[in-house]
Amino acid sequence: MISTQLVVVGGGPGGYAAAFLAADLGLSVALVDPEANPGGVCVYRGCIPSKALLHVAKLVDDSRHAKAWGVEFGEPKIDLAKLRDFKNAVVGRLTSGTGQLVKHRRVQYLQGYAEIADAHSLKVSLASGGVESVQFEHAILATGSLPAMPPMLKVDDPRVMDSTGALELPDIPASLLVVGGGYIGLELGSVYAALGSAVTVVEMTPGLLPGADRDLVDVLARRISQTMKSVLLETSVVKMAAEAKGIRVTFQRAGANAQGGAGTDQVFDRVLVSVGRRPNSKIPGLDRTQVQVDQRGFIMVDEQRRTHEPSIFAIGDVVGEPMLAHKASHEGRVAVEVIAGENVAFAPRAIPAVVFTDPEMAWCGLTEAQAAKENRAVTIAKFPWAASGRAITLDRTDGLTKLVIDPESERLLGVGLVGPGAGELIAEGVLAIEMGANATDLKLSIHPHPTLSETMMESAEVFFGQATHVYRPKRAR
Amino acid sequence: MTDFNLPELGENIAAGDVLRILVKPGDTLAKDQPVLELETDKATIEVPSSLAGQVKEIKVKPGDKVKVGQAILSVEDGIGASAAAPKAAATPAPAEAVAVATSPAPAKLPKAAAPPPPPEPAPRQDKVVDISRGARAVAEPVASSEFPPAPAAPSVRRMARELGVDINQVPGTEADGRISVEDVKAHAKRLLAGASRGVGGAAPVTSVELPDFSRWGEIERQPMRAVRRKTAEHLSAAWATIPHVTQCDLADITALEDLRKKYTKPVEAAGGNLTVTAIAAKVVAAALRVFPQFNASIDFGADEIILKKYVNIGIAVDTDRGLLVPVIRDADRKNIVQLSVELSQLSEKARTRKISLEEMQGGCFSISNLGGIGGTYFTPIVNAPEVAILGISRARMEPVYFKDGAPGQSPVHGAFVPRLMLPLSLSYDHRVIDGADGIRFLRWVVQALEEPFVLALHG
Repeated sequence: MISTQLVVVGGGPGGYAAAFLAADLGLSVALVDPEANPGGVCVYRGCIPSKALLHVAKLVDDSRHAKAWGVEFGEPKIDLAKLRDFKNAVVGRLTSGTGQLVKHRRVQYLQGYAEIADAHSLKVSLASGGVESVQFEHAILATGSLPAMPPMLKVDDPRVMDSTGALELPDIPASLLVVGGGYIGLELGSVYAALGSAVTVVEMTPGLLPGADRDLVDVLARRISQTMKSVLLETSVVKMAAEAKGIRVTFQRAGANAQGGAGTDQVFDRVLVSVGRRPNSKIPGLDRTQVQVDQRGFIMVDEQRRTHEPSIFAIGDVVGEPMLAHKASHEGRVAVEVIAGENVAFAPRAIPAVVFTDPEMAWCGLTEAQAAKENRAVTIAKFPWAASGRAITLDRTDGLTKLVIDPESERLLGVGLVGPGAGELIAEGVLAIEMGANATDLKLSIHPHPTLSETMMESAEVFFGQATHVYRPKRAR
Repeated sequence: MTDFNLPELGENIAAGDVLRILVKPGDTLAKDQPVLELETDKATIEVPSSLAGQVKEIKVKPGDKVKVGQAILSVEDGIGASAAAPKAAATPAPAEAVAVATSPAPAKLPKAAAPPPPPEPAPRQDKVVDISRGARAVAEPVASSEFPPAPAAPSVRRMARELGVDINQVPGTEADGRISVEDVKAHAKRLLAGASRGVGGAAPVTSVELPDFSRWGEIERQPMRAVRRKTAEHLSAAWATIPHVTQCDLADITALEDLRKKYTKPVEAAGGNLTVTAIAAKVVAAALRVFPQFNASIDFGADEIILKKYVNIGIAVDTDRGLLVPVIRDADRKNIVQLSVELSQLSEKARTRKISLEEMQGGCFSISNLGGIGGTYFTPIVNAPEVAILGISRARMEPVYFKDGAPGQSPVHGAFVPRLMLPLSLSYDHRVIDGADGIRFLRWVVQALEEPFVLALHG
């Protein structure tokens, strides 16, 4: 039997960040996860392996594009086994790193599945066999999320994959259908498209990346429409059946049903279902505590990430959107500080979101769409990358930087970016918003030339109608 | 009526898709005001109007494909020529730069006539807030009730939380009202100072900038004791919040003094001291029954006056630690002997520091007798949250004019008679007690002291 001050259930980026901070603060900590090392979906089956593959996809695309610059490489030859090894090596290196950190910090690592006994104890069915009971003062539930698989899309055939299956790179299918135009589908679809698959994306709503600002999505959609075979919007998959030659998929356009129109059929070698993720809150024994789960399956927590059971906290995907690793890590650290007796809360002003397609898309803080929904009066300042010297040298002038600004205080409320490297650039926006920077601050901070980061500064200049590289006089008010 | 046609937008841009229409029929359109958002294969652009006037009809809708020259909307009293070449077309520039030039700018969207509804508050359930939201919104920040959010860095916000300060209430002193760590600390200090003063929270014990007194001679600095500090804060608050009126009068206690001397011994036997203060406590307790508005407190928060159905009298006691006010409970239900005994005990406890906090709380009215030392009149400060206080000074022999002779003597016309006169000062809170009631109360006290039968009659 183990007696510990804190037990963390789930070793993803939220769980292990929490466990490590708790150890650094001098608490005794146990960390429970089914994998051999901490990392969770993010490192094993999510952010990290997909980024390794997207890096390669970008290289392939660039090598093709280089022809326009006078450099020709010929058609790339893809050794799928070696690519898979590279991806696995990336994952292996990162997870052995977190494993080392567990040892250095003397975190008690329990490989296995937890079942909660009551508000102060749980049992772990160990991967090595046997059961270990753990007495704890506090617990943090960080069980994450799972790919959603609606029953209608559930086909018992290995050719119908979720994101985990697609990351395994079983083969390069001649044709691939991606169901769902969210970030996971677009990222993995891009990988397969670069490797040579004819990729079709089907999305139920009128646009890709629902919820994000349309002007940013438009830039991404234009390029996607070139790399993918086709993008079907306002279209649902009504039937999927495994056949010898592939997966037969029946589509239906929105409104077609009302007109009595029949769906259209198409056969794909493989199908990737990426219609979202659902919280993994079905933790055995959770009903033996006062922890409450809402209708969508999220564990309910307060601003300190405490559940209805005072000794139990919860963080990450299992407590709510956005389901992002960096949000989970931050929440994990907040929960630990609360447990350590600090009066702190999870109160970010800007959580960045990045879509690692080509071009990348990133945003943080208030979006224009959200402002419109909430009837907030905001001023939008945009700087098109066509006016950026750096973007022109990259032969990528399709990008866009935009600022969402409070017209009264001129304070920065949100940032949206689309273009190569947007994911790196967004961090400046996060810092600016968190620090309460206004448009003048951004304008007066010297940005290095020639870089894409200048577009942040020049967007602020656009706000004042004084951008060096955009002629756009301030309108008379 | 004039039509506004889609102007030339730049080289190689012949058409575009309407994304959004930014005006509606009836709007007053200004020249250069953006009227629609157009998506071209180069960029998404806002199209400014070349006309001014009232929008009559909008001829396109979102999703329409429009060509250069196509009518977008019609304007009544159109000012400015639709034929005039729009700026963008007139600017010779490469295609990309043109797209840029007609591209986004900080355009104020036309405001809707009705004020926007306030955003819905976050749903609360007990102390646990459900912050999860629809699966579609990917990266919105946790909703904040204040908009725009307070301009403070995360470290400053965290400190505010730790100090129990609402960051949205902290005035920022840095450029553009940004809030610094010092601002949060200063605000917390102000809050603490306000809280310790209790009622009202106004009236800070101000620290006036002091000259260097040692320039004029030797000085000594002593730490301010807790009692002194508390008294200072309490009296500053009372003085600053209560509009005081002090009403004075004289009581002829010649007869009372004879009685007091006569009954000194039996009271001493009971363990008390038959003092003017003890007798005054009995008289005031009876007076509070007759004038209930003097046994009250004001609750401004509730817009109510609280009337107390019990009579507890506080007696100011001079101690080496400073002024203390022990409280005699239910003074109206005790006789003068009991009051004398209790007062002796409480005074002794106060002087020997054995008095408990409990024994100094719950007073309804205070009496301060400085007559043992001297003085004629003074202006006592109401012991908030009470509403009145009686000050007693030293009684002395005075010549008093009696038209019909002194009491108990044969009538003599127009005689000055030596009488023992007691100066009384009643301070009251003018917010709840009118001047006429003030003097009525004091006259009642004077009469009861002059003719103790009044106590039995009305008290």
